[in-house]
Amino acid sequence: MTEAVVSPGRPRRPARDAGGAWAGLPDALHAEWTKLRTLASTWWLLLAAAALTVTVGAAVAATYQCSGGPAACAPAVTDADPAKISLTGVYLGQVIVALLAVLAVGGEYGTGMIRVTLAATPRRLTMLAAKMAVVTGWTLAASAAAVAGSLLAGWLILPGRGLSAANGYVVPSLANGADLRAFAGSVLYLVLIALLALGVTTAVRDSAVAIGLVLGLLYLFPIVSAVIPSHTWSRHLEQIAPMTAGLYIEATVGVAALPLTPWQGLGVLALWAAGALLLGAAVLRLRDA
Amino acid sequence: MSITTPFRSELSPGRDGFRQLLHAEWTKFRTVRGWIIGLVIGLVVMAGLGLFTAGSVSSSCQASGGGPVRSGAACGLGFALGPAGDPVSDSFYFVRQPLTGNGTITVRLTSMTGLLPPATPPANQPSNGPLDTRPGVEPWAKAGIIIKSSLTDGSPYAAMMVAADHGVRMQWNYTGDTSGLPGAVGPQNPRWLRLTRSGDVITGYDSADGTHWTEVGAVTLSGLPRVVQVGLFAASPVDLQSQYCSGYCNGPGGPTQATGVFDHVSAPGGAWTGGYVGAGYASGVGSYHPAGGGFSVTGSGDIAPIPPGHGGEADSAITVSEYLLGTFAGLIALGVVAALFITAEYRRSLIRVTFAASPRRGRVLAAKAVVVAAVSFVVGAVAAAFAVLAGTAITHARGYYSAPVSGATELKVIIGTGLFAAVAAAGALAVGAITRRGAAAVAIVIVALAVPVFLAISRAVPAGAGDWLLRVTPAAGISLQQAYPRYQQVASTVYTPLNGYYPLSWWAGLLVLCAWTAAMLGVAAYLLRRRDA
Repeated sequence: MTEAVVSPGRPRRPARDAGGAWAGLPDALHAEWTKLRTLASTWWLLLAAAALTVTVGAAVAATYQCSGGPAACAPAVTDADPAKISLTGVYLGQVIVALLAVLAVGGEYGTGMIRVTLAATPRRLTMLAAKMAVVTGWTLAASAAAVAGSLLAGWLILPGRGLSAANGYVVPSLANGADLRAFAGSVLYLVLIALLALGVTTAVRDSAVAIGLVLGLLYLFPIVSAVIPSHTWSRHLEQIAPMTAGLYIEATVGVAALPLTPWQGLGVLALWAAGALLLGAAVLRLRDA
Repeated sequence: MSITTPFRSELSPGRDGFRQLLHAEWTKFRTVRGWIIGLVIGLVVMAGLGLFTAGSVSSSCQASGGGPVRSGAACGLGFALGPAGDPVSDSFYFVRQPLTGNGTITVRLTSMTGLLPPATPPANQPSNGPLDTRPGVEPWAKAGIIIKSSLTDGSPYAAMMVAADHGVRMQWNYTGDTSGLPGAVGPQNPRWLRLTRSGDVITGYDSADGTHWTEVGAVTLSGLPRVVQVGLFAASPVDLQSQYCSGYCNGPGGPTQATGVFDHVSAPGGAWTGGYVGAGYASGVGSYHPAGGGFSVTGSGDIAPIPPGHGGEADSAITVSEYLLGTFAGLIALGVVAALFITAEYRRSLIRVTFAASPRRGRVLAAKAVVVAAVSFVVGAVAAAFAVLAGTAITHARGYYSAPVSGATELKVIIGTGLFAAVAAAGALAVGAITRRGAAAVAIVIVALAVPVFLAISRAVPAGAGDWLLRVTPAAGISLQQAYPRYQQVASTVYTPLNGYYPLSWWAGLLVLCAWTAAMLGVAAYLLRRRDA
């Protein structure tokens, strides 16, 4: 019997291993993209992340009120940071971003789909890299929309609430260097939160536990550092807290007084995300799925 | 035709089998190793953070004139302690004479005036120059008569006074406060005040005309010495008003002073001496002169409790809320376990077996809620007890000061933390039954419980909005942890959620939390019945 070659619909690609360790990456990327894109929950979560961020930011901007004239509303009196007020919604939007990243990995462990995925992409780190890339892309899009909406809301609302140029404030705008750093940095912040959540979920393999850990990590540090009586410890905790340090990137007022510079702060979050991803990668390589 | 009796269970109808159901759910709960590990992690983190608080406290100080840098307990407190051992302000201008044995002092107060700090921050204020002031009286500025056991800061006293915006008051031992005649004092509206000592009992009276007297209160100051100091006083607390801003503003404020004009002074006799009690905390403004057969007394400062908290005058006092700072770590762990208690059954399809064994689904939910609430109560109460009791012991052992609370308050906070954990965990279970997905349930629970507290204490939202979050969200349950009272006679910037002062009373907070949990359980029971498992 002659060899019957059943030709697939598309011309066959070269053998997967031919091009080194990451040769399967384009296929893995395509697979992950298709999986995430075809889940209804992805779209809802992305929409919710953007909508929640913008709504909360606009609501907080609208409740802000300073009506005593230029003297009582001077920046030195109020300490108000227009960019940070506009971006208040990030505190809540990050929950949805984290949830999206957790479900991208945890959902597969929950249903057992992970075994199919790993059968199709046996190089596990390739699979993780593909997931990271796809989640980064989705988060980047949602965060950019969320932050742009927050910027617009702040620009529209805050001048009417006493934080106007006439009172000595910088109305949020991308033309200003510090504001540009705050808003662009917030997009990066949300992406890093997604990567942190992805790493944690890969390590613990359970969606509920992972989201509990990630949100605990984010919200407990600032609660503890605010309440703890020791000023030294409070400052150290702020420096290592993923959310507190990461959000220094939003500060445009009193930057010199922060325990870290804004980019150092974002670097702290990046270290957390890198640590979680390394841990996740190690667990993924070493354990059975 | 014979009629056969249909099968009837021998179990009694109605509540039949609920005990078995509870037993089944408890067995499921305790045999999942991951959940027990989750509980232990929650308990250890919650209690451990309290100990971390107590162990991390450190302070150092140096006398203003130089000298060695001291640290820890050697620094002293920086505030006086009242008869109950709690932080108090005790600084006022006192025109006094000794009183031996029993006696009475009577005065008429005819006017009260004062000075306030500038309304808006001075534009070009020279540093160290005299502050601009404007006429006006701080709402809790006080002038009146006082019987004080000694001139030591924090010694016991009882006083009759007029508070600028709060009428006649009788106050004693810093926290006691009763109201007398309402209305402001003025030449057309004078106030007569009288204090009588009889043994350890001091009785206060007020009158509008000097003939018709009303008893305002009688207090027992146990252990009052035979010779006490009696006289006239004036005090005016620091102004904290920030009148123009809501939200993030640090409004203007600063020291104030008040002047009371007294006549018809009738005291046992003896020479009058004027001077400050506790001048260390006052602006130093104070004087008295004879005026029209009486005295005009000017003073600054306050005779009142100091609410403990960050940035207040008793900043160095460690508080119960600080020992309890791990509460939300524990709640997150309990919330994860409670949500998984039902979502894991959906994931593994065990829920079908459960419902086959016990077809009345509402009762399954009830049994699960009872199990998870009972376990959470124990974890919350044990962790809180350990954090508060061991934390206080460690603070004392290291020579630092812990703002004292009564045994009853400690018990309230410990039981309250258990209740908070129990009701919150039952709510988390209900959310799990509604979403059927662990991750979504946990995210919802954390957003409902921990995020409002984070937003309120980190000042990420304006203070008013933060207070509302702690009124209407399930995080209102944190009111159960308030350990120190909010004194209406003390205006303070420390009455914030950050310092453990919450906008609702403990029972209202518990009610809000219970309402949320009941609503979630109701929706969950309805959906369990309506949806296929």
